[in-house]
Amino acid sequence: MSDTATIFEKGAPGRRAFVCPEVDVPQVDGLLPDRFRRSQPARLPEVSEPEIVRHYVNLSKKNFDLDSGFYPLGSCTMKHNPRLHERVAALPGHARLHPLQSPAHAQGALELMWNLERSLSEIAGLPHVSLQPSAGSHGELAGVLLTKAFHADRGDTRTKVLTPDTAHGTNPATVTMAGYTVVKVGTNPDGGVDLEDLRAKADDDVACLMLTNPNTLGVFDPNIKEIAEIVHAAGATLYYDGANLNAIMGLTRPGDMGFDIVHFNLHKSFTQPHGGGGPGSGPIAVSERMAPFLMNPRIVRSKGTAAEGGGLWRFDLRDTSEKSIGRLRGFQGNYGCFVRSYAYIRSLGAEGLKDASETAVLNANYLLARLKGEGVADKLPLAFGELCMHEFVLSGSPMKRELGIKTLDLAKRLLDHGYHPPTVYFPLLVDEALLVEPTETETKETLDAFADAIAAILKEAADDPEVARTAPHTTPVRRLDEAAAAKRPVIRQPL
Amino acid sequence: MADASYPEDLLYHPEHDWARIDGETATFGITWFAQDALGEVVFFDPPEVGSSITAGEPYAEVESVKAVSDVIAPLSGEIVEVNGALGDTPEKINEDPYGEGWMVKVRLSDPSERDSLIDVATYTSQLS
Amino acid sequence: MSRYTATTAEDLRAMLEAIGVGSVDELFDRQIPAAVRLGRALELPAGMAEQDVYAHLRELASRNTSAEDEITFLGAGMYDHYVPAIVDMLMGRSEFLTPYTPYQPEVSQGNLQVMFEYQTAISELTALPVSNASVYEGPSAVASAGYLARLANGRSRFVASAGLHPHSLETLRTYARGFGAEVVEVPLADGVTDPAAWAAAIDTDTCAVFVQQPNFYGAVEDVAALSAAAKEAVDDVVVVGSYDPIALGILVPPGECGVDVCVGEGQPLGNRLDFGGPSFGFFAATEAYLRRMPGRIAGETTDVDGKRGFVLTLQTREQHIRREKATSNICTAQALNALAGVVYLTWLGRHGLVELGELLLQRTHYAREALTALDGVEALHPQPVVREFALKLSAPAAKVVARCQEQGVNPGLALEDDVLLVAITEQRSRADIDRLTEVLGAAVAAEREAVHA
Repeated sequence: MSDTATIFEKGAPGRRAFVCPEVDVPQVDGLLPDRFRRSQPARLPEVSEPEIVRHYVNLSKKNFDLDSGFYPLGSCTMKHNPRLHERVAALPGHARLHPLQSPAHAQGALELMWNLERSLSEIAGLPHVSLQPSAGSHGELAGVLLTKAFHADRGDTRTKVLTPDTAHGTNPATVTMAGYTVVKVGTNPDGGVDLEDLRAKADDDVACLMLTNPNTLGVFDPNIKEIAEIVHAAGATLYYDGANLNAIMGLTRPGDMGFDIVHFNLHKSFTQPHGGGGPGSGPIAVSERMAPFLMNPRIVRSKGTAAEGGGLWRFDLRDTSEKSIGRLRGFQGNYGCFVRSYAYIRSLGAEGLKDASETAVLNANYLLARLKGEGVADKLPLAFGELCMHEFVLSGSPMKRELGIKTLDLAKRLLDHGYHPPTVYFPLLVDEALLVEPTETETKETLDAFADAIAAILKEAADDPEVARTAPHTTPVRRLDEAAAAKRPVIRQPL
Repeated sequence: MADASYPEDLLYHPEHDWARIDGETATFGITWFAQDALGEVVFFDPPEVGSSITAGEPYAEVESVKAVSDVIAPLSGEIVEVNGALGDTPEKINEDPYGEGWMVKVRLSDPSERDSLIDVATYTSQLS
Repeated sequence: MSRYTATTAEDLRAMLEAIGVGSVDELFDRQIPAAVRLGRALELPAGMAEQDVYAHLRELASRNTSAEDEITFLGAGMYDHYVPAIVDMLMGRSEFLTPYTPYQPEVSQGNLQVMFEYQTAISELTALPVSNASVYEGPSAVASAGYLARLANGRSRFVASAGLHPHSLETLRTYARGFGAEVVEVPLADGVTDPAAWAAAIDTDTCAVFVQQPNFYGAVEDVAALSAAAKEAVDDVVVVGSYDPIALGILVPPGECGVDVCVGEGQPLGNRLDFGGPSFGFFAATEAYLRRMPGRIAGETTDVDGKRGFVLTLQTREQHIRREKATSNICTAQALNALAGVVYLTWLGRHGLVELGELLLQRTHYAREALTALDGVEALHPQPVVREFALKLSAPAAKVVARCQEQGVNPGLALEDDVLLVAITEQRSRADIDRLTEVLGAAVAAEREAVHA
């Protein structure tokens, strides 16, 4: 049996892991008309429990993961996932609570959500919060739909949304889905928004400017107040993509910078584990003027009464505004993520959150300094500025020219050194980009070792570039043919 | 295709499309720059023969591993032929963008539109 | 330093020196203008030790009545199925829990193969050839299917059965307002989509039609007939079916009913209730829509040595060079929850899923018979049901529910004034159903008396 056999290629007829409870009621025929009945069962595997366990455990061992090694994937904030969070999320009072349980019987959950909302509100510097969106891009959609409702309420139909040319890929997609057209705003030589270009484009047909600060270049835009003034003067809203919140918790707040809508990625700054690609959670915080349009239902709090058990407060889920944009999904959001993020915020407290951001920025600057000092800087120069926030972008252009290896090759060779590479070829603005975000949960020793590995790969490439060009060599599979996968897609096991 | 090339006998549209005019008909495709930016093409979705296309408007999509892109019509007209071979070997668009990578042949509805296209010198100067 | 950061005084000294600044503050002073610096501590409680955080979260949990604390018949989209221990174990493994989306496939073959296996399982379940690697959850999957249809045929009229989950209808409306589509609702008759009203609502302007199976009131719909009627009116209409995955053990699958896009809430497949999330949505379609699928898709390929491997494929729709033609804006999927889903389906196995369906069919029938024999309780509709059904009470449903909960039984979801939606899972035994009958009977009687008193 090849080690790439799928579970569908394993097992044998008659094997089973599930033992169905006995039919303990009188059996009745003809409950389902024949034309509604499935004639052939779905061809799921027939395997015993040990076979299932062995198969998936062995699969897991082919993954590189954050618990096992350094994962400086820029823009993703791969910080340690505390295991306490798994323990509390598994408490039956949280894990086995039905979403439609009457509020009187879910006061713990509603109070948790209320407290989380207040915490996120304080971190963002904006008064109103919705925890509903399922992930960052869902939160973005919420933000753009809120903007749309805001303008419609004023009798204003605008058609454009501005995004910087350094924006994340989902920004334009979200904007189109919400019925707007994307207009790109240029970046100045220091890596911030080009104010001249912004002034020229911020007219009365612009509904919103979507930004992140610090941006995807790791640069904090020093002109943020002026940007906010320009955008607000044009009558548009200012939206904050919270992907880079890890740089600023307790140091500055998007609400204080002038943003109307902020989205959070609980799976980035707030330690919800990435799970190999989800789940996430994308709550949003908004200013007073955007509040009437927030998704329904909201969590509301009122004074508790003796009859209700005598607690100080009573929490409810209610539709509070007729102007709400409505629902973006079922139930009230990814509560399992709320439990973990709330546990994190309560663990760290005000001081701990600030320490996290300070350390994230310190670690990034230290790693950058190490990479400058190694003689690496001439091959992988910093794309913008001198210092950075929580992440930095290097350009592999000189490396490509002088050593004949691309950013992709460097990344693949890093796999052989036991690291997950940084983000490659993003942001699009930088040629041969390498976006590095160490996060605050890494030690100085790890950062030193990583810098050494980069230097070693460059040195090796000067002698023999073929090693990196054909890397990785030590992973479960080597470079894969992505073009073939796209030309003739095979996306399921044939049976 | 390894090196950049832009034939002199073609007319160009700023959105990286070319036109080879032959009397009342023309052949269209995408330029070396476009195929290089896309990377290896994996799928080409052609329009129907007989459909009308308009200068400056998209008429098809081309997909690579990393991106999907509109193909813009340099001139207006009716599609008389599409390059069916691209269904099996879309990589021809990379290997030979001006030859075997041709996309559609069109009967021109307004040949005077050719005046709004640019020559190779203008196009290549816009690239840098 | 906290328990998650590790910068000692010695580390700090060395790091600041290497960077060339005098303090951490200087890093911020030089990059963030003073005008936007917070200048005070966040007004949040101080941090707590792990054991205190645990105690606090446990206290909050104690004020929730979960499926451990009462015999529950709540359903309406999420169901208290038994989650086997191997799901917890596998979801908790570092290698599945902590990595990011598989952007470096050489070190992500575990996750990519899981996605491939999940896609296969969903394709089998739905009898549709194409499945993605999951989307967020049920109702937003319905809305996503609407967006797919909108991009496919360019029209902007959606016709949706009133049998859709209210959250699906509301979410569809919210999204539709964004991308410019109107949603027309078709009423039910006798508990299922009114065929005459359905046919009348669909015309050549219709972009897509939506039906749920079983519908929100538990009734089995004639999806094949509804689909045929829609396609007769306009042949490139997109037929969207929102299915309960557990019911697909015994119900004819959407691929055999003319459904073009099948979506649904995946929670019943190996995922916890978690007060509504996270779970996953499944999204499957006919071959024609392969390149219009939203979300992530894993594809099979080979490496340079000819070895079988898996990669993310067909990603083009999520970014592009010139225009905003993305099929969706989804970045994160629900990979960990989809892992639970495929492990669960593997655990049930080919015959287990069918046996589970038959068990639910029988117990549901038994429950409906027993409850409708009570005074003041009748069936809302006479349609075949698989695992959920609606009752009409001659007393306010919310008050009846409250009375039952006092007896440790949650009889289901109170809807409108006097409707109760009752769900059955394999964890609700005959004895549980008998207890429900007893408690509900008493509660209805007591409420009717309270009204007359």
